[in-house]
Parts: sequence; structure tokens; C-alpha cells
Amino acid sequence: MSRANAYFALPLAALVALVALLIWLKPFETLAPGAPPVEALTFESVRLEPGMFRAKVRVDGSGPVSIAQVHVDGAYRTFTQSPPGPLGRLSSAELAIPYPWVDGETHVIVALTSTGATFDHSIDVAQATPDLFGPTAWMLLLVGLLLGLAPVAIGLMSFPALRQLGREGTGFILAMTVGLLVYLLIDTLGEGLEAAEGVLERFHASTLVWVVAIVTASGLIGVGRRGDKPPEGLKLAGFIALGIGLHNLGEGLVVGAAFATGETALAAFLVIGFIIHNVTEGFGIAAPLTREQPTLINFTSLALLAGLPALLGVFLGAQVVNPLWTAICFGIGAGAIAQVVIEITALLVRQSGAAKLAGAPVLGGVVTGLLVMYVTALLV
Amino acid sequence: MLDWLQRNFSRRESLKSAGQLGLAGSICTALGIVTPASAANAKMAKGHAGHHSGENRTVGRVDHARNGFDPHAILTDWDRGTLSTDDQGRSVRSFEISAIDKEIEIAPGLFFPAWTYNGRVPGPTLRANEGEHIRVTFRNAGSHPHSIHFHGIHSASMDGIMGAGMVNPGDEFTYEFPAKPFGCHLYHCHAVPLKRHIHKGLYGAIIIDPDPELHPEHRDVALSRQLGSEENRHWQEMVMVMNGFDTNFDDENEVYAANSIAFAYMLDPIKIDPDRPVRIYLVNVTEFDPINSFHLHANFFDYFDHGTTLVPTLKTVDTVMLCQAQRGIIEFSFKDYEPGRYMFHAHQSEFAELGWMSFFKVEGS
Repeated sequence: MSRANAYFALPLAALVALVALLIWLKPFETLAPGAPPVEALTFESVRLEPGMFRAKVRVDGSGPVSIAQVHVDGAYRTFTQSPPGPLGRLSSAELAIPYPWVDGETHVIVALTSTGATFDHSIDVAQATPDLFGPTAWMLLLVGLLLGLAPVAIGLMSFPALRQLGREGTGFILAMTVGLLVYLLIDTLGEGLEAAEGVLERFHASTLVWVVAIVTASGLIGVGRRGDKPPEGLKLAGFIALGIGLHNLGEGLVVGAAFATGETALAAFLVIGFIIHNVTEGFGIAAPLTREQPTLINFTSLALLAGLPALLGVFLGAQVVNPLWTAICFGIGAGAIAQVVIEITALLVRQSGAAKLAGAPVLGGVVTGLLVMYVTALLV
Repeated sequence: MLDWLQRNFSRRESLKSAGQLGLAGSICTALGIVTPASAANAKMAKGHAGHHSGENRTVGRVDHARNGFDPHAILTDWDRGTLSTDDQGRSVRSFEISAIDKEIEIAPGLFFPAWTYNGRVPGPTLRANEGEHIRVTFRNAGSHPHSIHFHGIHSASMDGIMGAGMVNPGDEFTYEFPAKPFGCHLYHCHAVPLKRHIHKGLYGAIIIDPDPELHPEHRDVALSRQLGSEENRHWQEMVMVMNGFDTNFDDENEVYAANSIAFAYMLDPIKIDPDRPVRIYLVNVTEFDPINSFHLHANFFDYFDHGTTLVPTLKTVDTVMLCQAQRGIIEFSFKDYEPGRYMFHAHQSEFAELGWMSFFKVEGS
């Protein structure tokens, strides 16, 4: 080993020695003799089947967590846990709880651990979890297509109209697209942070949302600029479509989850709102194409890229996914949107110069984009 | 439990109002995307469609041996203390009680860091005769100051409150008082914070049997209550202390029971001989909830409030409610009843479903 390598090994060896010493000597154990164990438990998902709740729980704590009993609606209920026995740190188990739940009503499940700690989960409106291959699958398919593909395609139809605009107009439209995307960025991050609240603290999910977003944005900027050429035209439209698609994946998750948790009325509103809202997204994708000669295949691909992830999201969401994955999905979506915000802004700078960014057309466009998104979001 | 009810009602209300937002909703209904509320109601109780039924009970078994007490044994294990005569010629009945910190299993796998009298919850059921002199030597082997406050008649210095019989950890005190009035009584720790000291498990029953010679007008009734008499042997007597446990210390009970163990008498019903009458010494010490109650299925009973009378204070009832510290004697018979399981429980459904649900198993005669 060379001397240089040894220098790198020195701090590593010191760290290993320190950690080993702490584990071996347990110096802090005397601080809290006989202190009750710290326990945490989250319900990652609850599937509703006829006469049955299937709850996936994950635990954390200073030691293994034993689920002693289960209440449903303030009554002890028989249940089976698989795998049985105490659950190690961060491990999960399924609780199958037979229960004559009532369609459309609220039920509360409480897990009691051996220490008497209670962890509760509310099913706000009980409804059977849709079967992936059942009759509801067609409904989910329809919802997914309505949510993503249809509005983006409609938005793209504005392309011939956009082409009629002059240089100033195109700049305005691009600036508006930035506004639209910034709105989506805020929205996506918000959703991700909200999903993160349902995750065990140890996963630091809210930080993870930001980390994933930054990593995704950096990665996409790197990929987009391979060959030292910033994305423009069709390539930029492709990235916008990708960012919007990932955002729509998140929207799909929300709508699918709303269906799965029985909030069908809520889900139906979300669909109508998202359709109107998402037309503006098609608009944004078309914006960088005004000086190109895109083919029908280009348009179709862009629409599919931006629209189909919503379908995937609806199906995944309906299956009651782990909130950690939901948070990560939103983080990816936010990163992808951040990338296109940066690239469109860069394009505006190349086209008109940095000074124009503070000009009325650009600022007006950004504000218009934000307002359009906010107003259409009121429908959601 | 009120908290979650309120919380959930507010959530449901907000969803309902979302469902009333008009146009968009009706479009969805037309598209078949959403089920109208009325249709949803029509298919209520969809949960029943399955083959699983599940049961309202706990899963597994409590290890009574590890607890050091068995809820079935507690029903009848009267502590008679030791009887002696002092220099003044009085009959003195002496008991020994220690306060002990102890973790107890109150439902299968569910442990509670209890404070106990003699290592059990409820504490020993002290039983004395009217007119005797009671002497209780109390040792505090616990980690906090404790006392025993007896519901009865005694002097101020024997009250078991701050400055009168409060015992620090490691110390000892002797409570002395006459055994009167006869009846079914309660003793509990009166250290503050009172709520914590009571719900942690420091309570028990003390029964004073009436002296038949002092009650000539109801001599037969008094005789039947006097433990060990020929008349008393005919009765099936048992003590039930209605209690609750707040395992997560949020001032709401997670477990309710008679004699501490959730569903103990449901999973193992109390056997009843139909040819002998039943007498229950019932005490309510439930903390946090204003009242508890006792309801008997398929039968009616006579109730003697506080057990201080020899004629019933309530006749022919099937439900009685008691505030905290209220107690009484319940008498009934299953004579000529069809053999089988007869339920009894708190008629607060919440308490019943959280553990205070039980069975008598009437045997064939």
C-alpha cells in the first residue's frame, strides 16, 4: 500500500474502531436503565376486500416491535399476522383482519403493541380496493387515458395556432410554459412532501423527495446536453413531455389512490379538474416546436410520453402503494420538471438575451402560466 | 374514544361536501365513474359478503402463571387475614399488604406497567365480619409514595391521605379501624396524582359480612352472607372489580374488564350450578369514564347498593350502573334454566367490545 492510500485508510479505520467500541461497550445503556422501548409503526397500505382488511404495516424502534392486539372501531378483533412474531426494525408484516366493514363509512384500525402503545389508521370512506383484472380495470383504464393522454393531445392541437405567432408571441408562449411548469414543480414537490409524512421517520422521506428531485434534474440536464448542445425544438419538447409525463404519473397515483381508498366522489372531481388543467400541459409541449416541422408521429410520441404515465399511475395508485415509493415518484417528477424549466429559460436567454428575461413579455408569460394553472387547479 | 369519533366525523363531513359540488359530480355519475350516494347506501354492509367473519375478542392467551394471579381464582380467593384477640378482648383481623411495581399482561401479549397491592390487580379481596377490629399492615415496596384509603368508617389519622397514612417507598404503616358498616366496599391508593395511582392498579375490594345476631329482622339474609356459614355455602359467591387500563397514557382506556384481564370470562366462561343462587360483589373503579355498568342476559337480579342493606335497594333489574367507587351486591338464580352460555357485560358497548364481555356457563343440573 502506498503512503497516499494509507492516508485515506486512516480516518476510515478510526471510524470503524469508534463504532465498534460503542457497540461493544454500550456506554449509553446506563443512561436509561429499564426505559421503555421507543416504538413506531405506520400503516403503509390497507386493502379492503369483502369482509376483510389487509393492512401492511412497517415498524421501527429501539428493539423488535410485537403487535399484541388489534382494535377496529374501538373493539378488539381477531387477526392474523404474517409473518408472525416480533417485527425487527424497519421490517413489515401483513395484518389480515376479518371485519364486516360498511360500504361508504369510516373505519379506524388501531394496532396495539406489547408495550401498550397504539398506532391508528383511518379508512375515511370504506370501499373495496379495485381488482387489477376485474371490471373496475376498464374504468381505471378510461380514467387513466382521460387524465393524461386526452388533455395533452388536445393541448397539442394548438400547434397550428401557435405557429401563427411572431417572434414576440413565441417568446411569450415559452415564458408561459415556464410559468406552467413552475406551478407543476411547486405542486409536485408539495405532493411528494405530503406523501413523505406517511413514511417512518427513519427514512427521512421529505429530505429524500428533495434529493431525488435534484439528482433527477442534474441527471436529465446532463443527458439532455450530451454533445454540449442544449436541447431545443423537438428534443426540448421531448424533455418537457417527459417531465410532464412524470408529473402526471404522480397525478395518476393520487387519483388512483383516491379510488382505492373509496373517495370515488373525490376521484371523479380530480379527473374532471385534471383534464382541463392538463390541456395547458399539451400547450407547453407544443411551445418549443413552432419553428420545427414535426410529423404526426412526433406529436403522437410526445402525447404518449406525457400522457401514458398517468395511466400507469392510476393503476399503481389504485393498488394502494407504499407512501415511500409515492414520495420518490413525486421527487423524480419534480426533478424532471425542474430540468425543463431550466432548459426553456436557457432557450429564452439564447433567443433574446438574458436582459429580456426581466422584460414584460417574459414576465407576463410566466405570470400568465402560473395564473392559468392556478385557476384551472381550482377545478381539481 | 370520543376523540377519534369527532375526528372522523369531521373528515366524513368534508368528503360529503366535496360530493355535493354539483355539475362535475353529475357528469361523473352519468359517465359511470362514480356511484351516487344513494346507490352506495343501497349496497351497505358489503363487508358481510365475504366468508370471513372474525370475532370481537383478543387473539392468544394471557399467561396467568407469569402474572401471578388468575382472574378465575380472583373471583373467590377471599383473604381472611389472621384472627386474634387483643388485650381489650377485641377480635382483631390482621391483613398484610405490600405495594409492588409489577408489569402485568392484561390482554394476550399486551403488558401494562402496573402498581399493585400484593402483586395482583385488583388487590386481595379482604373479608371480615361486622364488629371485628381490622388491622392492615401496609408496606410500600414500590417506587412512589402510596397509601390505602379504605371506604368505611375510621378516624382521620387512618384515612390514607396526605399526612395520614401516606407511606414513602420502603416505609410501613398500620391502618386500624372497625369493620363497619357491613357491605361490599372498596380500598385504593389515595396518593396524588390520584388518577394515575388508581388506574395503575392500586385498588381492591373489602367485604364486611353482616353479623346475623345484630340483624334479627333479616337474620337469614345475614347468615347467607356470612362466609363459612351453612346458609352461605349454598351460594355461589364471586367478586368482580370493574376496571380499565390506559396502556398509552392518553387518559382513555384501551382495555376494560372485570378483574383486569380482557375477555377472561368470555374465553373461559364462569361455570354456574343452576340449583344454587349466585351473589356477585361488584365494585367499579374504572378511571377516566364517568360510569361503568353490569348487564345480565336472559335474567333479572336484585341489587343491594353498597351492600349495606339486607333488603334490595333495586328489585328485578337486569342492568345497574355505578359511578367510580360505587359498588353493590347482585343476587340472582339460574334455576330451571336451559344449560348454556349466558352473557353478562358492561352495557356501554364500547367497554364490552374492549374487553368487559363475559359468559356464565350454566351447567346441566
